[in-house]
Amino acid sequence: MVRFILRRLLQMVLAFFGTTLIVYALMFAGQGDPIQALAGERPVTEAQRAYLTEKFHLDRTGIDGFFYRYFDYIRNLLQGDLGESLTGRQIGDILAAAWPVTIKLALIAMTVTVLVGVTAGVLAGIRRASIFDNSTLLLTLVVLAVPTIVLAPIAQYLLGVRWQLFPPTAGADPDFYALLLPGIVLGSLSLATALRLTRTSVAENLRADYVRTARSKGLVKRRIVGIHVLRNSLIPVVTFLGVELGNLMGGAIITEGVFNIPGVGFNLFRAIRTEDGPLVVGIVSVLVVVYLIANLVVDVLYAVLDPRIRYE
Amino acid sequence: MRVRRLAAWTALPLAATLGLVACGSGGGGSGATDPNAAVRIEIAEPQHLVPTNTTETSGSQVLAALFSPLIDYDDANQAYEVAAESVTSEDNITWTIKLKDGYTFHNGEPVTADNYIDAWNYGAYAPNGQGSSYFFEKIAGYDELQGETPAAQALSGLEKVDDLTFTVTLSAPYSDFRTMLGYNAFYPLPKAAFSEPGVLDEGYEQAPIGQGPFKMKGTWQHDARVEVERYDAFPGEQPKVAGVEFRIYQQPAAAYADVLSDNLDVIKAIPTENLSTAPTDLGDRFQTSPGSSFQFLSFPTYQEEFSNPDVRKAISMAIDREEITKAVFKDSQTPARSFVSPVVAGYRENTIGDAGTFDPAKAKALYESAGGPSQIEISYNGDGGHKDWVDATCNQLKANLDVECVGNAEPKFSDLLTKVKAEQSVGLFRMAWVMDYPSMENYLGPLYSSTGSANFYGYENPEFDKLVAEGSAAASEEEAIAKYQQAEELLAEDMPVIPLRYGQNVFGHSSKVTNVELDLFNRVDLLKIEAVQ
Repeated sequence: MVRFILRRLLQMVLAFFGTTLIVYALMFAGQGDPIQALAGERPVTEAQRAYLTEKFHLDRTGIDGFFYRYFDYIRNLLQGDLGESLTGRQIGDILAAAWPVTIKLALIAMTVTVLVGVTAGVLAGIRRASIFDNSTLLLTLVVLAVPTIVLAPIAQYLLGVRWQLFPPTAGADPDFYALLLPGIVLGSLSLATALRLTRTSVAENLRADYVRTARSKGLVKRRIVGIHVLRNSLIPVVTFLGVELGNLMGGAIITEGVFNIPGVGFNLFRAIRTEDGPLVVGIVSVLVVVYLIANLVVDVLYAVLDPRIRYE
Repeated sequence: MRVRRLAAWTALPLAATLGLVACGSGGGGSGATDPNAAVRIEIAEPQHLVPTNTTETSGSQVLAALFSPLIDYDDANQAYEVAAESVTSEDNITWTIKLKDGYTFHNGEPVTADNYIDAWNYGAYAPNGQGSSYFFEKIAGYDELQGETPAAQALSGLEKVDDLTFTVTLSAPYSDFRTMLGYNAFYPLPKAAFSEPGVLDEGYEQAPIGQGPFKMKGTWQHDARVEVERYDAFPGEQPKVAGVEFRIYQQPAAAYADVLSDNLDVIKAIPTENLSTAPTDLGDRFQTSPGSSFQFLSFPTYQEEFSNPDVRKAISMAIDREEITKAVFKDSQTPARSFVSPVVAGYRENTIGDAGTFDPAKAKALYESAGGPSQIEISYNGDGGHKDWVDATCNQLKANLDVECVGNAEPKFSDLLTKVKAEQSVGLFRMAWVMDYPSMENYLGPLYSSTGSANFYGYENPEFDKLVAEGSAAASEEEAIAKYQQAEELLAEDMPVIPLRYGQNVFGHSSKVTNVELDLFNRVDLLKIEAVQ
């Protein structure tokens, strides 16, 4: 097990450098005129253009320029310096301010997904073709069909502005309550998927041979479902949730924008809009690490859930 | 976009009832104002909070709280002295600025002439890379501060007379210099801002020290807020609130939702998708006031097919401005038929004459006789919500001139500019201008003179350049305006651009504040706003 984890950690280093290279290359290739993008529609003065060009080596173009800037970036990165954004802020500071709130939001979304999604999925799986099963089927279909960009503003308007149950925006350093609505909105999509996944898995396992055996030897139903079925049914769900956790951390661009939460997605969106190459690469690099770790945790959890799985 | 509108439609009936509820509770309040309350105003994350490096509205709004300008503009947009006692000149070259006594910085330093001279030198010195450095280019010695290793450190045109007086010598006469001093690039900086002479302290920007009616409360919390509180030793007019929280939003729609539920007090620009419901949502808390923005379509005059002014006039004539401002902008913008905004002295209505009168038959005849192209393209930046009006304009041109017309979206304005600067074929392209200070020159000089910083369409007219230069050098404002107006008439003959619309401030506020006024620069007047108990 330890060897497995070590091997995976080594692979992560390679994956990390590979992805930063690709992201850096994409930003480099897609970059138009970041100085003008920063100034918006105002004319840029010569002095400012010269200053920013020199500071960020923007005059280095072509293949040589790319490798010069990439290795410059990596060299600084290895010294723990993520660089400066085009507006002169330390990217390390930006990330340090953005991560806590995004992690909070992702955990709330995750909790909602697990609590509601998995519970309802198990219930629906046990009572197949019941009213509960059919109504959750319909509801999850609706949720899956409505994209976040529609769901978030509608939830904000109805629950935040119209009925005033939640604050309409969370803002910086929000409390748990303010993050609840964005968390539910963010989690709703994975909630629907988790519910469907759990339901199918439970329904299938209930028909398995080992359940029939357990039932025939007189085991109580609660124990059959709670221990045997649930444990076997959760394997695909855990895979999904692990990947989803990575998604929740980085994919909250829309939700964070609508509810004005200055997290990672919020900063990523701004960085892309202002062609702030260093900031985009900085955020994406950290996201890559989050994904890799989430996947590693999922792999380790498999062994816990299913003793037949061994890592050598 | 379409999705948002759908949401707006479903929101309409709900919003109407909400409006009624809000009115009810608003009427029930005592209406008394509370001088000890703080108000919350929406801004975007400022790029910088150094006066000479702040070029966007959000930073400018925060600085307006922290600093008191030498000059401000009254309701008629005329300049008057605030922190300055007087700004005078005999010849429009040497200007004497006398400061009012009694002003202090928030750290207790008295404000002296040196503070202005140091700040302006810092702003003009090219290696500092300040965004507003071009404001100092009219001051003598500016050229010596340019380049990678400038020959000088200080502007030779700035000279201290005594603690409260200094003189500014310009390299050429400029009658609007006093008006120009209202811009935030001309604020002073305290000694404490510099770690050594000419080097700005790194931490200064996180908690700028000014000499204005408010001082910083804590530091600039990036992406969250900037808080300021009343500075009791301020000698000028005291604000009527104890403090202001500038709350940072990335999307105006989120700020709008907060204003609706009284979680935020002022939104300075209501998002376009909410314009149709805002009057019912907010009632009399939905307001408009004049702004300085000017929207226009530019011709690539370097291209053969648009080089004939008659072609340009015919296109202008074929556009029904009223229909577009009404249908697309819900009257949040007004039709434009001149080259400068109505907010500046010297503005005259309809200077483009017949070319601004919608007349499809005449337009088509003129277009055909002038040999206009059978295909027209209108380029715009796709991230600014311009698609609707560009498509509407295209449809009008199709119907009225019998040409093919397509809108072409570039991802960002910078992409559009890159193409225009390389003289690639982009067809007509949209542009906009917001003034820095209320003067006709601030529209005419940068936009149409052959060396203008925003003249991207290759318009060159030596006669025009000469008139603008003469206006700048004129002895009095009246003479200057006369010259500028003559210059504007030349533009009307040449039509290098088609004036389309003037912008306004379209803003809203919560039921917890009154006396909300926005100035020409889209800044809330912090001395007037009051909190309701």
